[in-house]
Amino acid sequence: MSRLPKGGLLDRSQQIPFSFDGNTYLGFKGDTLASALIANDVRLVGRSFKYHRPRGILTAGSEEPNALMGIGTGGQITPNVRATMQEIYRGLTAQSQNRFPSLAFDMLAVNDLMAPFFSAGFYYKTFMWPSVLWEKLYEPLIRRAAGLGALTGAADAAKYDKAFAHCDVLVIGAGPAGLIAALAAARGGADVILADEDFRPGGRLNSETIAVDGKPGPVWAADIAAKLRDIDNVRLMPRTTITGAYDGGTYGALERVSNHLADPAPDAPLETFWRITAKCCILAGGAIERPIAFANNDRPGIMMASALRSYVNRFSAAPGQQVSIFTNNDDGHRTAHDLAALGIGIAAVIDTRADAALSGDFPVLTGAEVVNTKGRKGLSEITVKTQAGTRQIKSDCLAVSGGWNPSVHLTCHMNGRPVWRDDIAAFVPTDNAVPGMVVAGAALGEFTTHDALKSGVAAAKSVLQALGLKAPRQVAPNANDAPVEITPFWHVAGTGRAWLDMANDVTVKDVKLAHQENFRSVEHMKRYTTLGMAPDQGKTSNMGALAVMAEMTERSIPETGTTTFRPPYTPVALGALGAHGKGKGFAPERFIPSDDLAREMGATFVEAGLWYRPSWFAQTGESHWRQSCDREVQMVRRSVGICDVTTLGKIDVQGPDAATFLDRVYCNTFSTLKPGKVRYGLMLREDGMVMDDGTTARLGDQHYVMTTTTAAAGQVMTHLDFCAQVLWPELDVQFISVTEQWAQFAVAGPKSRDLLNDLIDQDITDETFPYMGCGEASIGNVGARLFRISFSGEHAYEIAVPARFGDALARELSTRAEALEGGWYGMEALNVLRLEKGFITHAEIHGRVTADDIGMGRMVSAKKDSVGRVSSRRPGLSGPAREQLVGLKPVGAVKQILGGAHLFNEGAAISRENDQGYITSHCFSPHLGHPIAQAFVLNGHARTGERIRMVDQLRNVKTLCEICPPVFLDPEGEKLRG
Amino acid sequence: MRIICPLCGDRDSREFHYRGAAKLINRPDGDASDQAFFDYVYLRDNPAGPNRELWFHETGCRSWLVAERNTVTHEFLSVDLAETAKRGAK
Amino acid sequence: MRYSALQVFLNGLTGNKGWKPVWRNPDPKPYYDVIIIGGGGHGLSTAYYLAKNHGITNVAVLERGYLGGGNVGRNTTIVRANYMLEGNSQFYSHSLKLWEGLEADLNYNTMLSQRGQVMLGHSDGQMDALARRGNMMRMQGDDAVLWGKDEVRKHLYYLNHDSARFPIYGGLMHWRGGTARHDAVAWGYARGADQRGVDLIQNCEVKGFRIENGKVLGVDTSRGFIGAGKVGMTVAGRSSQVGQMAGLRLPIESHVLQAFVTEGLKPIIPHVVSFGMGHFYISQSDKGGLVFGGDLDMYNSYAQRGNLPMVEHVAEAGMALMPMIGKAKMLRSWGGIMDMSMDGTPIIDKTVIDGFFINCGWCYGGFKAVPGSGDAFSHLIATGNYHKAADKFLLKRFETGHVIDETGNGATPNLH
Repeated sequence: MSRLPKGGLLDRSQQIPFSFDGNTYLGFKGDTLASALIANDVRLVGRSFKYHRPRGILTAGSEEPNALMGIGTGGQITPNVRATMQEIYRGLTAQSQNRFPSLAFDMLAVNDLMAPFFSAGFYYKTFMWPSVLWEKLYEPLIRRAAGLGALTGAADAAKYDKAFAHCDVLVIGAGPAGLIAALAAARGGADVILADEDFRPGGRLNSETIAVDGKPGPVWAADIAAKLRDIDNVRLMPRTTITGAYDGGTYGALERVSNHLADPAPDAPLETFWRITAKCCILAGGAIERPIAFANNDRPGIMMASALRSYVNRFSAAPGQQVSIFTNNDDGHRTAHDLAALGIGIAAVIDTRADAALSGDFPVLTGAEVVNTKGRKGLSEITVKTQAGTRQIKSDCLAVSGGWNPSVHLTCHMNGRPVWRDDIAAFVPTDNAVPGMVVAGAALGEFTTHDALKSGVAAAKSVLQALGLKAPRQVAPNANDAPVEITPFWHVAGTGRAWLDMANDVTVKDVKLAHQENFRSVEHMKRYTTLGMAPDQGKTSNMGALAVMAEMTERSIPETGTTTFRPPYTPVALGALGAHGKGKGFAPERFIPSDDLAREMGATFVEAGLWYRPSWFAQTGESHWRQSCDREVQMVRRSVGICDVTTLGKIDVQGPDAATFLDRVYCNTFSTLKPGKVRYGLMLREDGMVMDDGTTARLGDQHYVMTTTTAAAGQVMTHLDFCAQVLWPELDVQFISVTEQWAQFAVAGPKSRDLLNDLIDQDITDETFPYMGCGEASIGNVGARLFRISFSGEHAYEIAVPARFGDALARELSTRAEALEGGWYGMEALNVLRLEKGFITHAEIHGRVTADDIGMGRMVSAKKDSVGRVSSRRPGLSGPAREQLVGLKPVGAVKQILGGAHLFNEGAAISRENDQGYITSHCFSPHLGHPIAQAFVLNGHARTGERIRMVDQLRNVKTLCEICPPVFLDPEGEKLRG
Repeated sequence: MRIICPLCGDRDSREFHYRGAAKLINRPDGDASDQAFFDYVYLRDNPAGPNRELWFHETGCRSWLVAERNTVTHEFLSVDLAETAKRGAK
Repeated sequence: MRYSALQVFLNGLTGNKGWKPVWRNPDPKPYYDVIIIGGGGHGLSTAYYLAKNHGITNVAVLERGYLGGGNVGRNTTIVRANYMLEGNSQFYSHSLKLWEGLEADLNYNTMLSQRGQVMLGHSDGQMDALARRGNMMRMQGDDAVLWGKDEVRKHLYYLNHDSARFPIYGGLMHWRGGTARHDAVAWGYARGADQRGVDLIQNCEVKGFRIENGKVLGVDTSRGFIGAGKVGMTVAGRSSQVGQMAGLRLPIESHVLQAFVTEGLKPIIPHVVSFGMGHFYISQSDKGGLVFGGDLDMYNSYAQRGNLPMVEHVAEAGMALMPMIGKAKMLRSWGGIMDMSMDGTPIIDKTVIDGFFINCGWCYGGFKAVPGSGDAFSHLIATGNYHKAADKFLLKRFETGHVIDETGNGATPNLH
């Protein structure tokens, strides 16, 4: 066991069992999976993406490229979890990924031997011949080798949630700068949210042996956090990563609510995705240490020096007993001091700087480089080159420190580009890269604790000022760590493979090859080598690659450039981003007033947009929908049928200019409509195409009720709002959607008048309610509206009552219809009824169709301005070259008509050039005894009586048809007016 | 992204629906030429920079708004009720 | 040099030192017969076909950034020929055929993977519309199969078949549709053009035109004036801006489309799937990431980035369609500038300026068109005649009313 006997930020009172690759281990609360594995001497944790090289834990944070594991069991395994971010809990089950058959023995390690042939971009140069093998062999092999973790294919059963939060100041990062900034801002009266991706506030203080205000760093941090918890206007959000900066002070954040719990609360989500709106933001996200590249720098046991300090100081776990350190800056020496204080053996400090000082009681080699390593499944030896020569040093752990990169990522999410600072050899954020955001601490390049604290105080002062609040007197706490000196050194020259991107297996050689082939811009280099495109998004590799590229192109690093950072900062589960999208949660459900009754009757429902509408009402003995549909159609035409038509849009229009308004939005005229009458209306878009149709009733001088189709209700309402507010604000007209306020039922058939006369208080006659008449009515003390309109071609009405009476009215109509040998009809029957009568739906007016196309060209009044009138006159919108609406009936032996089938002249070859049109709607007509259809046919209005072939190559049906008028029944409309 | 609705205040942009160029507020008269309508319906300046555009507070007060917004930075420069903007433009 | 497995092997043995630059870095000459503005997919393919099909090699492609750095470098890589309307049908059919011979032609592995693209339908009406489209595809000579819900379940077992808000009724499967590696296409065309003598000039921004007596004489750039006999514009989302430099106003609005990729995963989604009720489409790349996207953000933008509402809407649609992806993590998001046209269909045409040709309005569908667009545009520039497969993509169709509107949404660019 490599657990140190004491120390660390752990609760040693309870041992926590967990398993990795089938073996059980013990850890403590406060351990991550990574630290617990290290404490248990597990060094091999994964296999690299391309070469399947054995890999160990490189870091202690979310930038981890190697230790990606599957967590969980069976169908609910979560792939690609960073062991460095996963807190252990009792029973946690983890597996390594991307290896077969096992981590210790992976057959695909043979790729490593083939490495010279697998250089960057090799797949662009081969796999082309023979071409048939690309899809049959090469690609499947590549796809199977790609990816690290796997989805199981089972639906993700985890619960996720989404939330909004608002604050004055969002502080990102609870390290020294963030903690002091949050405290100062909160004391100044601002509403503060403090978020950190870690479960414990303190940032680097938890991993270092630095004192603040005389206290150990972690103690100071815990004290500040306790103070913050006590302030009402502060929300602490641990385990919360701010994933992206967006316009208007909006930030995305992912909170890991239950990922660390063995027994989460039953109603708790696994993760919550937050949308945080902040007036100001302080980014104190710290910095990420960067490595130095050298031959075979990717063995298990080689890790970042800062990670080593995290493991020995915070997690009390020693990754090795003979530790060597490779560094170009003072942090390497700090590491050695920490190890010495804990009694861990130090093999050597290898410092690239020739002028490095000897800082303690451990060997220091100056002007030295690590040029190779040994120990495939775990480091055993390193080779060091000094001015004196080359030698081997036994070492089971190598800590590498190449300097620090301020975490500028969020500052680049809105097209910002960082700027280079020579003194720290790193990029820092530009001012105002994100409006409202200031940066503090190591993220700003302030690398000592003292400077970080000072800059946190300054940031708080600046945001309080911006908010118009007074900054409290706040002195930066005292911390005495010395500035870190660095001499840039990026990679060791040599012939071996030196890794830059551990996650995607990209080496210095690959970057050089990109340069050799003239992929010289940073973006080209990145895409060609795939550097920076792995799950760690280049956090530990971008910088090294830039340095190599700069070297090759003989430019400075800032001249060479920097690639763009984009959200999310760390990967976010789609379950969280899409919380509540599963199943019925995806879209609202809208129910009609007679829904309960219809379900009691056993109706089969269909989705119509967001609505659920009955499609047919099967009765005993009916096993196929056609039986029900045919019966319902005949029932309507023989006695009476009831249909819930509440879903059609209803818009109440009132005011002195209501008539003028309607004249402008409809292509035909409504100002001439008399009160008590209803008229069919056609609405065009400004480009001359039909937008919608419906009927509008005039209930009074200044009172109309417009109906729209179900499908276009929302669109029409928005359009009316546009016309009234934007185009003609001078008109005195008001309107409102009343679709949901009125329950409306069609009562259709020869006995419809009898049924309604028995129900409503008023007398319905041809005088009181002529065809296309309307008026107020009542059923006892319930006010109603009655419209004599028909979509079925029968004598028919629509009756509307306030929606809360809809169920009651539905049941009344039900009983009365049954007494008259009638009943309910659904969408299928409704479609047959309207097709028999030549009425249209959005299957016909599908947005590319003009009034002329559907035979209503003369409805577009030339006497007044209306939306779309001028555009509808364009030459391409009318004439024989247009597809025009016709009816079709089968006239051969084959009777079958299919929606979406195309039409051809007899004898013509089936090709696009010979296309004559297509079927839009069809049904079986019980009255006629054969299918009928509506279709668009080239020059259709002039071709009545012609024969035409319906051809459907998808379902292999050919039907000879005759073009006829679309009204198949009662063309004079005697039933309507009778 | 956030929009300051003149009636409702600072709201998330997801409450709004975007229509397009604010030139639509100046619809040609009914007797204008085909060319005038063609320009109105189809041609756009589409600037990279400040852009006058129409937004609709669909799940809020249902006001139509004319905003000036920078299409490169997404920063809103002004937001007015469409009726106000139209009166101002005349 | 020719690429081949043998070359990979031999070079591997000798430290990969033999690989040559994939293209030159020439300085601009004072004059070219043809200048193509815009070094993306369409510009590079146009230059390639000018050289290959028409023998016109005194050509420069001017790219203000790095080659292939625009939409071709940041798209969801879908290739298909399943359009519904006359005008589009023949074009994409032609383009797909060019795709099928492309890697042999370019000697570059574009990784075309014709694994099938299925469009799902969630109502009788949608199924009828899919049938109309599928029949058009068959009439055009392309492949289409109409699936019922059982067949969709059989092939795509991982979709939510049982508790979906909008149940699956069926789908239209286009087996010859699929994906290709976007960078490879750009680089393959660039290398091919360069090998034939075309000058690819990067870091060269066009700032203005020199036009005299209604004829184009050349362009002013950040690297000086370059004369040209003809100029073709293929600048996607920047079409209005470059067009305005030449005094043109176009029926285009520039919008941001976001797209997303997850961390790499073992193969799980073998096809390209598009969801009929949430404008969502997804496929899995050869690197293992799930590549997916949805609608535009809906507001004009040149920022190449979008906002959260659409990110969330796309993720919700994904979860609704295939809840197994909940545990996949979004790794990266990006955005491009889409030149949305007023009917959703592109424009490949001459202009009122003699010698100035435009190719724009590809909305978010330009990637699959790269070969066909280059072929058609080079044909127009070289001969002055419209290519048969693209002769409906005229600018004046908006004036005359001969619009080609696949979605049926009219003159509202962000609805296409």
